[in-house]
Amino acid sequence: MSAPVPTVATVSPAHSAARRFLSLVLIHGVLVAGALFMLAPFIWMLVTSIKPPSEIFSAEIALWPKQFYGVENYRFAMEKAPLLRFALNGVIICAGILVVQLLVAIPCAYALAKLEFPGRNLLFVLVLLGLCIPVQVPAMPLYIGLAQLGLLNTYFAMMVPFFLSVFAIFLFRQFFRSFPDDIINAARLDGMSEFEIVWRIVTPSAWPAIAAFAVFSTVAHWNDLYWPLIVISDAKLAPPPLGMMFFADAETGSNYGALTAAATILTTPLVLAFLIARRRFIDGITMTGVK
Amino acid sequence: MATVTLSSIAKSFGATRVLGGVDLDIADGEFLTLVGPSGCGKSTLIRIIAGLEHQDGGAVAIGGQPVDHLRPHERRVAMVFQSYALYPHMSVRQNIALPLTMSRLKLWQRLPLLRALSGQRRTVMRGIEADVAAAAAQLQLDHLLDRKPAQLSGGQRQRVALGRAMVRHPDVFLMDEPLSNLDAKLRVHMRTELAELHKRLGATFIYVTHDQVEAMTMSDRVAMMDSGTILQLGTPSQLYERPASLKVAQFIGSPAINLLPASVGAGGRLELFGRPMSLAVQQAQGQAVSLGVRSETLSLVHGEPSGTGRAWFSARLRRKENLGSEYILHFDLAGRDLPGVTMRTSPAQAAGVSEAAEVTLGFDEAACHLFAADGERIEPRGLGVATASIVPLRA
Repeated sequence: MSAPVPTVATVSPAHSAARRFLSLVLIHGVLVAGALFMLAPFIWMLVTSIKPPSEIFSAEIALWPKQFYGVENYRFAMEKAPLLRFALNGVIICAGILVVQLLVAIPCAYALAKLEFPGRNLLFVLVLLGLCIPVQVPAMPLYIGLAQLGLLNTYFAMMVPFFLSVFAIFLFRQFFRSFPDDIINAARLDGMSEFEIVWRIVTPSAWPAIAAFAVFSTVAHWNDLYWPLIVISDAKLAPPPLGMMFFADAETGSNYGALTAAATILTTPLVLAFLIARRRFIDGITMTGVK
Repeated sequence: MATVTLSSIAKSFGATRVLGGVDLDIADGEFLTLVGPSGCGKSTLIRIIAGLEHQDGGAVAIGGQPVDHLRPHERRVAMVFQSYALYPHMSVRQNIALPLTMSRLKLWQRLPLLRALSGQRRTVMRGIEADVAAAAAQLQLDHLLDRKPAQLSGGQRQRVALGRAMVRHPDVFLMDEPLSNLDAKLRVHMRTELAELHKRLGATFIYVTHDQVEAMTMSDRVAMMDSGTILQLGTPSQLYERPASLKVAQFIGSPAINLLPASVGAGGRLELFGRPMSLAVQQAQGQAVSLGVRSETLSLVHGEPSGTGRAWFSARLRRKENLGSEYILHFDLAGRDLPGVTMRTSPAQAAGVSEAAEVTLGFDEAACHLFAADGERIEPRGLGVATASIVPLRA
């Protein structure tokens, strides 16, 4: 902290360039190390999925197998498990949940952020309280309710607990609060109803928040094992993690090569979707209609 | 076209009273400016007229019809906001067309999929296109129609906001500090444009500003507000030449009016810095009176001050401001613990005064404004025959 500050005269251009280079190397070194740490399990999954069974259990760490066994592992996984079916289930569930979440949360968040009505703050407190309740708490009543209605083993059963996302309401409310009141008032003067203001004026400006929430929501429900495990027993309806579990139990035993190959196949759509959505975060529609 | 009538409008936010019973009659086609320091309630008043806020008491009528029960867009008013409030994701064309699509298309004709089913829609849209083009041409926006607001300069955005207001031919234009975000040069230019637009459209304009120059230059009448009430309503020259209170006098005019402390002497005669003036007031002896002197009524006194009906005092030049065509001279009141005075004068006059020089400043007593201790304007009472014989005393 208290390092002597070199005066302007003592720092030559070469010296300052070297210092800048050194600090760049240092910063990037730390970042790369962190990234490797987080990517390691993922890389290990990719590596294992192309190894033959004999090499998987060898003690030495090798990033490339001596014998390329990828084709066999992937073929085995694709033949023995309906992986595309699992992936499709995942897409249906994630898309269904996300669409309903947005349809419900955006108007709620707008009302909490921009409309004046009695009890607004109380409702917002309730939303915050809702954030504190883990999904396991209402699991039993939901299960019993769905069982009574005969809705177990349906897509609907897998999606219904997540239709109301208090997290989304909270996130969008925070985002909408910074939306200029003048624009909303201008829309009111132009004759728009509150619903049209929500969907035609406010939502288009919220794309960065929507994209961020879409990633959270999709990742959470694509990878969710807990709830599908409770309400689904039919393998045809299984989303990816549950499908993996069925696959691991029944077909593969300890064939880790095939198992990681299946995991790779089921992770790919999510990684691709994230890479596509990533641009949205960076672009971010700026609120330049004002000032 | 429409008159706007406000009767005893009151509004409070929580415990804070923002408007305390405002009455205002605005004539058809009038350019009326609400001016006042920030927080005086002028913006709240204009938002009540627009229907964006609801008053706690009182009534708003537009064109003689009460509008209190009407929603903002049903009141046939358009508003231009300080922040322009353009829809950021829409092009200029869509921004200007929006009020028309809202009023001319039914809800189902605006919905993304259903609208394809409407045969009429195309005809209506063509009409809207034509109206948008006409408005854009009036404001020289033709070449910008496909841009987004983010790609426009401040002045261009302001014109788009005007276009969006104009396009539906409202009876009343409400403008909430529309020029505040523009740079000084553009503001002067837009003042002229707005005044011309008002003349061309013939609509009623209600204009909110904290800038007294805008109020003075554009308006037919000015309502000066403070603390939720109208202090004075009149033409710009009435406000400037006969301010009803100290607050109005201080707010209107640039540089601000000079205030000198006078006191009431024997027989009601005013004394300035201990020297009797030829003005007398009704106030009791010993009371303080503020003497308002506009910077252009001050002049340099050369040699011995003399003359009936003229007051004078000595001052020391602190700073000269060169505005090109004129000078603003800032003086300290020599040896007195008072705010200084400013004088507006010609470059030739200013050249005669050097920095830190002691000078004598004089003014015509008839041209000054008198305010009682409570800030109300007071009129001088004649001194009768004696007035003419008074010779200003020497220091």
